[in-house]
Amino acid sequence: MARGIKDKVAILGMGCSKFGERWDSGAEELMLESYKECIADAGIDAKQLNAAWFSTAIDEVHVGKSGIPLSTTLRLPNIPVTHVENMCASGTEAFRGACYAVASGAADFALALGVEKLKDTGYGGLPGGRGGPLQALWSANGTAPGNFAQLATAYMAAHGVSGEDLKKAIGHVSWKSHQNGAKNPKAHLQKAVEMDTILNAPMIASPLGLFDCCGVSDGAAAAIVTTPEIAKSLGKHNIVSVKALQLSVSNGSESGHNSWDGSYFHTTRIASKKAYEEAGIKNPRDEVSMFEVHDCFSVTELVTMEDLHISETGKGWKDVLDGFYDADGKIPCQIDGGLKCFGHPIGASGLRMLYEMYLQFQGRAGARQLKDPKIGMTHNLGGAPRENVSSVAIVGRFE
Amino acid sequence: MVGIVAYGAYVPRLRLSRQAVYDANKWFAGGLRGLAKGERSMANWDEDSITMAVEASRDCLTSHKAEDVRSLYFASTTHPFKDRQNAGVIGTALSIEQNLLASDVGGSQKAGTSALIAGLNASKNGGGPALVAAADKRMARVASSNELNYGDGAAALLCGTENVIAKLVGHHSVSMDFVDHFRGDETDFDYGWEERWIRDEGYSKIVPPAIKAALAACKLKGSDITHFIMPSLMPAVPKQMAKICGIGEGSVRDLLGANLGDTGAAHALVMLVDALETAKAGDKIMVVAFGQGVDILVFEVTAENAKLPKRKGLSGWMARRKEEKNYMKFLAFNEMLPIEKGMRAEFDKKTALSVLWRKRDMIYGLVGGKCKVCGTVQFPRSQVCVNPNCHAVDSQEPYAMAGLEASVMSFTADSLTYSPDPPAYYGMITFPEGGRFMADFTDSDKEQVKVGTKMRMTFRIRDNDTMRGGFKRYFWKAAPV
Repeated sequence: MARGIKDKVAILGMGCSKFGERWDSGAEELMLESYKECIADAGIDAKQLNAAWFSTAIDEVHVGKSGIPLSTTLRLPNIPVTHVENMCASGTEAFRGACYAVASGAADFALALGVEKLKDTGYGGLPGGRGGPLQALWSANGTAPGNFAQLATAYMAAHGVSGEDLKKAIGHVSWKSHQNGAKNPKAHLQKAVEMDTILNAPMIASPLGLFDCCGVSDGAAAAIVTTPEIAKSLGKHNIVSVKALQLSVSNGSESGHNSWDGSYFHTTRIASKKAYEEAGIKNPRDEVSMFEVHDCFSVTELVTMEDLHISETGKGWKDVLDGFYDADGKIPCQIDGGLKCFGHPIGASGLRMLYEMYLQFQGRAGARQLKDPKIGMTHNLGGAPRENVSSVAIVGRFE
Repeated sequence: MVGIVAYGAYVPRLRLSRQAVYDANKWFAGGLRGLAKGERSMANWDEDSITMAVEASRDCLTSHKAEDVRSLYFASTTHPFKDRQNAGVIGTALSIEQNLLASDVGGSQKAGTSALIAGLNASKNGGGPALVAAADKRMARVASSNELNYGDGAAALLCGTENVIAKLVGHHSVSMDFVDHFRGDETDFDYGWEERWIRDEGYSKIVPPAIKAALAACKLKGSDITHFIMPSLMPAVPKQMAKICGIGEGSVRDLLGANLGDTGAAHALVMLVDALETAKAGDKIMVVAFGQGVDILVFEVTAENAKLPKRKGLSGWMARRKEEKNYMKFLAFNEMLPIEKGMRAEFDKKTALSVLWRKRDMIYGLVGGKCKVCGTVQFPRSQVCVNPNCHAVDSQEPYAMAGLEASVMSFTADSLTYSPDPPAYYGMITFPEGGRFMADFTDSDKEQVKVGTKMRMTFRIRDNDTMRGGFKRYFWKAAPV
């Protein structure tokens, strides 16, 4: 294990646009909305930025390629801008780039900004038709819900969980996120829903119904990072520092080798273990105060809580039903509503999760403020259960 | 001795209820009432004459090695490509390319028998085993009798000189431009003349002299024929022809109209497979195909027929059946309805032909790899072994997977993705020998597909590139065994 970057980087400021079906805004307006809040919060001038990382995952439907869209929109002072794409982990990937720049000393102030403008395609759900010319010839004509629905079928088969029990547990995952989202003025979906509504919703990809799927949203989120020392010198209090940033990428063993049974995220197990090590966390179930995980689908969250080594393998559904991850449970998960209700503008999502952590540590989370959180963990999962990018970030108070 | 050494057939799983068709159309075409019984085979949306011919060929080659085939004839009047060898697609799907003469035969309802004669002669003249595949998936206008009479299906016959199950006794052909019906270049549909004229001036004047000539050449009498095979949309006609030629009424084979329908250029061979499944040594089979002339073949069944290893055959595929009462689905599958497909159907299906060529064994042959170092089977074949404990480089040999049974590891029924037959079933399938991939499923229902369900690989249409004139992308899908 490398030395890691624990406490070498502090979050100086953050911003996040209102998420949702932003018919009024293009990607450019969303970027600026999050950036204005972020730079004001950081209290520095744009001229002080040394470098930027810009994340969008499906750039072909809005901003296009390269770092130019960010630089042009914000009129950045001709600094390096790196465009990153790592599917749903793109936002965390931008943050990782900015943090590594600061940790290395190459930059004193680095910007990470993620955006996705999905609602100009003319249809619901994520844009389809990706993949190269070979993949188009053989890989199943699937969608995201179809891929993650299979996690549910494999999970039930692996652990002998009945369809009814699983449906209730994943229903509770979504119910809880709706409860939380109702308290978040920036969330896409701000309405609590009844369990019956969730359980009886139309099927999208069996066994996942409408409420098992997260929103497809427009939005942007941004962070400016620096060193804790510089943050202090600028008079900042309640400094939030980065404890760990880890990424694990599939190498084809899940999708091509019969050793994987389809019921878990191989990469998340690896990334989270490395992250705990980097952050010096021995017992995550006792030490982590809150989670923002990648609940693209309800079942993803359920299984992820096992792969983050919080719930026992095959028992996560019981923790969920016990309310362990509810707002008033032992470790609140998706206190901001999660992808489910805050929304999921792909390239922005990882930064949106960090935004909630940052607000919580600073005591600025309004109606959903948790009492004295110490350690927060975010997680993204890009791709499909069989082939994905899993990112984990751990942040906390800088003591 | 040259003759048939193996046979195979294929019939799509769906059987369209003729009553359902009639019920929808009787307001317009009440005269079809007499045809409103039984069912016709109906290709799934992802089946065409190529895919059906591949399946029939696989069935036929149950007992023989594909790589021994030296010539391949593909008869149809519905070849998916006008210029791109259709037989060549079948050859690649069967993993035969080298030392192969491939040929498409079409243009007439007797294309199947003409291809069979060509195959037998090639084999007889030292050309080695010849595979003759015939398939048709003909379109018919809404509320036409053809819509009820036609069926979709395929047959395949392997011609050779060793272990012959049906010896060729002789063949005879006449060719004359009697246009009972035609299908021009500008339409998908047949245009036919009056049935009474076809019967009196066509069949009655062309067929009996040809049969008599064939019998004379074979030194046989009409009464020697045990199985008389003659497709016709007029069920009385074959009986009349047999009677005129002294062939016993009991020898006239059933036209398979009740549950299958007329499979066009394939039908004479489909009926021949039907006969061979139960024929006894010494039986004499006459095959007659009518279409701008007539082809006649006479076979004598040998003792080898009883020894031919079991295959699905026509009866096996007929037994795999699902009734379809939804006439609208039939129309939609055949692009007869301007159905609202949604924007997800608009994604570009352009095929990089250079990629298809590089990967043709993978895409058309479902050939994966087997690592020489650790023995792991994998799909696709790659340069670095997928086994996390191996990762050997350049260690894999080609490994054919189309014939292997797989099982479902995980699956879904997806209502979001575009499918002509929603919901789209797909899932991770694993092969017991090793190897897995996320496969589209076909011929699947809610009741059948479970984790652990055994699946058979089948060659199907994956996409149709309608933006470029209908380039069909073929690949293998998994269907419940």
